[in-house]
This record gives sequence, structure tokens and C-alpha cells, in this order.
Amino acid sequence: MTKRLISTILLSLGLLLGSASSWAEEGPELPAAGNNLRDQASLQRGAHLFFNYCVGCHSLKYLRYSRMAEDLHLSEQDVMQNLNFTGAKFDDPVVSHMPAELATKAFGKDPPDLSLEVSAKGADWVYGYLNAFYLDPKSPIGWNNTVLPNAAMPFPLWKLQGEQTAVMSKDGKQVEKLELSHPGELTPAQYQQATRDLVNFLDYASEPAALQRHAYGVWVVLFLVLFTFLAFLLKKEYWKDVH
Amino acid sequence: MANAFTRWFDERAPGLAPTYRKHMTEYYAPKNFNLWYYFGSLALLVLVNQILTGIFLTMNYDPSATGAFDSVQYIMRDVEWGWLIRYMHTTGASLFFVVVFLHMFRGLLYGSYKKPRELVWVLGMLIFLVLMAEAFMGYVLPWGNMSFWGAKVITSLFGTIPVIGKDLVEWIVGDYLPADATLNRFFALHVIALPLVLLLLVVLHLAALHEVGSNNPDGVDVKHGPKGNRWDALKPADAIPFHPYYTVKDLVGVGVFLIVAAFIIFFAPTFGGWFLEHDNAIPANNLVTPAQIKPVWYFTAFYAIVRMVPSFAGTAVWGVIAMFGSIALLFALPWIDAGKVKSVRYRGTGYKVALAVFVVSFLCLAIIGMDLTDEYLPRIFGSDIDLTTWDNVIGRIMTLAYFGFFVFLWLYTHLGWEKTKPVPERVTTHD
Repeated sequence: MTKRLISTILLSLGLLLGSASSWAEEGPELPAAGNNLRDQASLQRGAHLFFNYCVGCHSLKYLRYSRMAEDLHLSEQDVMQNLNFTGAKFDDPVVSHMPAELATKAFGKDPPDLSLEVSAKGADWVYGYLNAFYLDPKSPIGWNNTVLPNAAMPFPLWKLQGEQTAVMSKDGKQVEKLELSHPGELTPAQYQQATRDLVNFLDYASEPAALQRHAYGVWVVLFLVLFTFLAFLLKKEYWKDVH
Repeated sequence: MANAFTRWFDERAPGLAPTYRKHMTEYYAPKNFNLWYYFGSLALLVLVNQILTGIFLTMNYDPSATGAFDSVQYIMRDVEWGWLIRYMHTTGASLFFVVVFLHMFRGLLYGSYKKPRELVWVLGMLIFLVLMAEAFMGYVLPWGNMSFWGAKVITSLFGTIPVIGKDLVEWIVGDYLPADATLNRFFALHVIALPLVLLLLVVLHLAALHEVGSNNPDGVDVKHGPKGNRWDALKPADAIPFHPYYTVKDLVGVGVFLIVAAFIIFFAPTFGGWFLEHDNAIPANNLVTPAQIKPVWYFTAFYAIVRMVPSFAGTAVWGVIAMFGSIALLFALPWIDAGKVKSVRYRGTGYKVALAVFVVSFLCLAIIGMDLTDEYLPRIFGSDIDLTTWDNVIGRIMTLAYFGFFVFLWLYTHLGWEKTKPVPERVTTHD
């Protein structure tokens, strides 16, 4: 209980630092992703979303199926039957089956590997991006995005979110806000939670060691506090000679 | 048993025990060290950490342009405890500069660079210089996009030198752009050449210090004070044996420092993008320039000086000269400052003000180098200001203030303008 409390305090201090920094991105204010790496159920739901909607084009080449199973408490059977659709071995990394030529032909560029996407852009950016698609008849793929204008990616989650359209500013140059013109399978709240889960999973994928860090960190800090206290008592005892 | 053991050693290496005594149990240090005196031993601790963790990183790192980035992720994911070893190394790198900056500032506060410790200071400055080279090369090794562009920008500084500049850069980089050859040689320099130099300099720094003895917050020489303490009738009355008194005191400092370090390592290893930059999560790519190319935080003040000095007479070399000059002047500090009083406690008001201005200018330059002014200036002056102009105006004033410190200090002490307070005979003996 105490351990959990300390871990929460330390972690939120850490997050505070994270949010204080500036990500080298320009553009609209991003909503907070609000994902939580300690929420196992969220990580599992995010993994399912990734392997249903993303892995067709995007790899996680630094993440092994076996490592993911261990960290997310999924059985080998579950992973191999429900998540691994590429015929990869359990110890293989997650590599998309899309041939590079096809990707280049379809989108004009290779879909990027997402192993370190959250490390590079931040969870808020990815979350904002997944919530910022709108129908744009002028775009060659029919979709556009307010977070990453003229993104090459068509919107793979449109069935879940539905279709958003842009309300333009008076001069017609800027997107003022997005409106849900055609609802999808999920309510807006459910869709936000789904993207939060997906971002959570990608956050985990960008640094699987984060789960261990937090678990060990509490004990290390507690040990060091005790060590420092004992060192202080020792110093006081020795320095009686000096004063 | 213990006696037989020490006798065995004494017969074979008669110098060993006296050396230990000279530097530890019979090295007498002033008894009035305060908080500022922790950072020397902490710097030593971080150096040991960097070497130990560095050895283990070397075992799994691949210094090639095709393999470097992947091997870092291999360390982070597949090597047992690899993530911890790497974070200890990356956090250690930044904290090295934190403690070294504070250690150097201590020198400025209490005049530790003054006679008879000029050599200690110069050796320390050499350590700082080598440390900067070591840190820069280490930063290139993960071969992320910021590594690549950082390497390109820093090496191109040498390209501003007239006539030989372009060839010099190619010679340093070993290619037209930072590439495989660059990574190979930076690796060699980072893991063996510079650490050897660094260790040698640290040994000399300590040897030079122990020859003349430590300064203290009062800046009075305990050797010139009364003699005789409870350990030795001939040693200074106001000094105590380094071991065990300062070893046990430094142990408390180590504990506090490790709590801070552990917090960063386990809960905020990127330190919000300051210790490990976000753009370095993208592999090196000479076609994609990061939105902002800026060095790691500990170089930003020096980098800002380069940017603030305008180019004229057809060359931009002046900024680079100014940057190296900003470090070279620190080397010359013992001769620029001719003041007889060491500690800021008893120096003239002019010195106190100048030192404060110097610190503020250094911090402002660091902030400008970090490109944070885009964020702060509009908050202070409103959002419709011209950022570039303001950046340059403030940056140039701060650059002048930085160099002005040395000019002022020379005039102030050489022309006898300084009005000092009386220095006590002995150390003021509280902590």
C-alpha cells in the first residue's frame, strides 16, 4: 500500500518533469493523452487494437511477441492465435507483412516503424493525431489531419470513430474545430478511451523497461533514504571529535 | 594476522602505506568545509560510474552507422539490466556537468584558483575541456537524428576557420558528412583515448591539491595558523584528517546525490527531453533535419556565444573564437584576478556584484542556447515582439556581460579598486 503510494508520488513527479518540457513540434495545442502504463487492462486492449488496425502497415521491430506476452501478462497461445497474424515465431519481433514497394506505391512513403514513436513525438502527440482526422475531399486519400496536415496515412480507425468534418474559420484557411458528422461504432468517449489504450500500448512499446523501472525504483529510492540516514548518523558520531 | 599482512606489503612496497596516509588519514583538510565542498568527491563518484557503466555498454554497443542505433535498442530491451546500465550512463553524463559546474563555481566563490592553487585550477580546467570533448563524442554514439545533426553542427564550427576550415572538417569527420568513419573514431576516442587522459588529469588534479592543501570558505590558509590538533601536534589546529572525517561526511553527500540520481534514472530518465532528447529516438537521417538543432543542455551557454557573435570581414570564425575564448579566459583566471583576498566573504562589493552578473549571464546564455526564449520572451514582453531581434539583443548583452566579468576583474584588482574586508586570522570554526 505504502509502496504503491510512494511509487505514485515519484511517478507523478517524473511525469510533471516530462510535461514541463517542450516537444519540438509546432501546431495546435494537444490534448493530454492521460494514459497510464500501470493499467494492464488498458495495455492489453491497446495491443489488440494495434494488431487489428495497425500492424497491416506498421512494424514494432524492436518489440518481440514473447517480451510483449510476458510484460502484458498474455499467454503464448493468446498472442499466437489472436495477435500474431503474420506467421512470425513467438520470439520474433513484430514486423508488418506489407511489402515496401506496395506501401510506397499506395502512400508515397513507407509507413514508419512505430517502436519509438511515443519516445520521439510524445504520447500526447500520438493521441492528438489519432483524434484529429477529418474528411477532406481535396486530399488524394480523402482524409486530412489537423495535428499532422497532409498526413500520408488514411484513417484506419474510421469505423470506430466515424467521420469528422472540419469547421473552417471565416477566411476559410484554418480548421477551427472538428465535428462528428457521421457517428461510428463507438461513442466519442469510448473512442477516446480506445485511442488512449492504443497510445498506452505504443508508449509501453517504446520503452518496455519502463514497467521494471517503476517497480524497482521505489525500492532503490527507499534503500537510499535509509542509507543516507545511517550515513548521517555515522557522520554525526565521528564528528563529535571535531566539534 | 593483520600485522603480518601489512608487514608483508611493507617489505615489498614500502611506499604504499605512506602514500595512503599522505592522501587519506594524514591529509589534513580545513574543518570548515560547507555544502559547496561535496561536489569534488561527487565528480569522482560520477567518473567511476561512467567508466564502470561504460565498460558494460561497450560490450553490447556496435560502433557502425548501420548497427549503432539498433544496438542501443538491443541494450535497452534484450541485454539483462541493459536499460539500467544505459540510464546510469546517460544520467551520469548530465549529472557530471551539474556537479562540475557547481565545483567550478565553488572555486570562484572562495578563490580556490588563487595562489598557491593555480596549478590545481589549470588542471581542473583541462579536465573540464576533456570532459566536454568526451561528452560530445559520447552523444554522437547512439546515432539518433540529434546525434547526427549535433555532430554535423559542432564539427562544422571548425569549418569557419579561414583557408583550412573545409579540409579540417573533412579530416575530423573522415567523410563529407558524419558517417561510419566518424562513428568509429568517436567511439575509439570516447571509450579509450579521452578516458585515459581524463583519469591522468584527475590524478594530477588531486596530487597538485594535496601538495598545497585545500582552500576553505574563509579563504584563509590553515597551514599558516596555529599548530597542533588532537591527532598530531605538528599539524594545523584548524584541520582534520580527511579520512575518516571527510570520507564519512562525503558519504552523506553521496547518499543525497544518489537519491536524486536514482529518482531520475528510475522515474524520469529522459528528464523531460533534457538528458535524452526526443529527436534522438529517430535514427540518424541526413535528409531530415530536426525542427530545432541544439546541443545538450550543458553546452548551450557556449553554443549561444557562437550564435550571438556576428560574422564580419566575410567569415563567421569570430563566434567560434569567442566560444573558445570564453573557456580560455577561465584558464587564465588566476592571473586575471590579482586580488589578495580569496573568499567572497571578505572581498569587495564589486567582486560580489560581478560574480552575480557572471552567473546570470551564463544562465541566460544557456537558456538562449536551449531555444527557450521563444517560450519565455512573449510571456514577458507580449506576443507581438520580434523574437529574433530580442534574442540577439539579450544574447549579445549577456555575451558582453560574460566577457565583461574578466575585463572588470582585471581592472578591479590590478588597479587596486577593490575595498576588501578584514580577513580573520583563523577559520571561523562553525560548519
